[in-house]
Amino acid sequence: MKDDFDNSVLAKLQSVGVRRNNRWLVRDIDLTMRRGEIVSLIGPNGSGKTTVTKILAGSLQPDFGSVQRPPNIKIGYVPQSVTLDSTLPMTVQRLMDVPQPVDRSELFEVLTELDIQHLANSSVQKLSGGEFQRALLARALLRKPDLLILDEPTQGLDVHGETLLFSRIANIRDRMNCGILIVRHDLHLVMVQTDTVVCMNVHICCRGTPERVQKDEAYLNLFGAKAFETRALYSHLHDHDHGLDGSIRDL
Amino acid sequence: MFLIPDDFFSRAIIAGIGFTLVAGPLGCFVIWQRLAYLGEAMAHSALLGIALAIVLDINLMVGVFSICLLIAFVLSRVNSDSFLSGDSVLGIMSHSTLAIGLVLISFMYWIRVDVLDFLFGNIISVTWLEIAMIYMASAVALGIIVFRWRAMIGLTVDEQIAAAEGLQPNQTRILLMILLAGTIAIAMKIVGIILTVALLIIPAATARQVAKTPEQMATFAVAFGSASVVGGMFMSLEFDTPPGPSIVVFALLLFLSMATAMLMRKRSQERT
Repeated sequence: MKDDFDNSVLAKLQSVGVRRNNRWLVRDIDLTMRRGEIVSLIGPNGSGKTTVTKILAGSLQPDFGSVQRPPNIKIGYVPQSVTLDSTLPMTVQRLMDVPQPVDRSELFEVLTELDIQHLANSSVQKLSGGEFQRALLARALLRKPDLLILDEPTQGLDVHGETLLFSRIANIRDRMNCGILIVRHDLHLVMVQTDTVVCMNVHICCRGTPERVQKDEAYLNLFGAKAFETRALYSHLHDHDHGLDGSIRDL
Repeated sequence: MFLIPDDFFSRAIIAGIGFTLVAGPLGCFVIWQRLAYLGEAMAHSALLGIALAIVLDINLMVGVFSICLLIAFVLSRVNSDSFLSGDSVLGIMSHSTLAIGLVLISFMYWIRVDVLDFLFGNIISVTWLEIAMIYMASAVALGIIVFRWRAMIGLTVDEQIAAAEGLQPNQTRILLMILLAGTIAIAMKIVGIILTVALLIIPAATARQVAKTPEQMATFAVAFGSASVVGGMFMSLEFDTPPGPSIVVFALLLFLSMATAMLMRKRSQERT
């Protein structure tokens, strides 16, 4: 058990299951997050992706299976579509200090890297969706996380914005040597630097590595040549199918 | 010892400021987390706490504090599966506890209780012992707020982030409920049951208009709250009006002046 539990492991889930109201939210999940690795967790809505992120972060104890996490792993979490209550006065700069105050020069470095340094003193509620998303990413990065969890980070971004964000995420991995979990419901396009793609629907349906897209004329015309420097296609290998209620059917 | 004037007027002001020290930051959380109606229900239930405290012969503030905690606990058991929504349950508890309190007190023929004192407060009858209790409770509450401030702000910004990053949002929320119950127990003597939530919310709402960070808002709320206590007391002296309501009216005047000033500033900025 401990032979494959080396220093690079940030979290290891073995046959993990969560059951609520006589329904499996997730079951039989095996997933290992390592330092320096990018994992794309993909699956349709309601497939239990968020439950898995909660278990990885340690905020939810599963009912079945085992979770191994080294103590004091620092999590950076960027949720999908947060709206900050307008009653809470909050500047971008102050948001970076949630929950702990951070070094000012590092703060401006990260804001600059994410192109929001000019908004440091703006009220968070006045930011656009993309700017706010980057501010939340900056905040998570300033915690110097061991494991960075990005929940639908490209939601609301166009292809160009997504391309930019993906290249930045790759930089972050290289520089900070953290593990990154990207949760997406887009089943076919993943970040090209992804080490492992895990496709789930309550249980894990398949996993594998992304394939670099052929320089297919049709794709290039559709997305532009630059788009595939950061994206890759993922071809699924399923040996089963799901009914509308999530039940498993053999193919 | 002669530095502190010992008359009912000064005692009232000292007591009121002791309350605003904790009401300022807590009022901000009431606004941020939309707890106004819960605060209202807790405050109304205070009368039941008073009645029970008289029956059991315990300190009134302790009685009120316990009943407020009970309300918070019952409400925390209501979830989305319940057949009534949280606000309906709050409505039921808020008014029935007030009614039960009034009924119980009417039975107490052996003791002369002026219900109006509890409904609208009687700050001018505050004793030095009560002032000591108010400041001790405020100091403890303020200490907890300062100590847990980061977790509280984390919870306010986003619960999911707080949970994922190990800030224990549920624990923090329970702590806020306890603090709210304590604040209401203190406030009962000062502005009374009916006006308690006003003194939590109005200074914080005034502060919101000028604050850029949560810390500024909490500090300004203390300042506006204290100003309301002082201003309201002088108003009460000058026009011979009841002190509790006068304090709330003064707080409202501050709020309205601030809103007007901000509106005018915005207008003039748009013109240039």
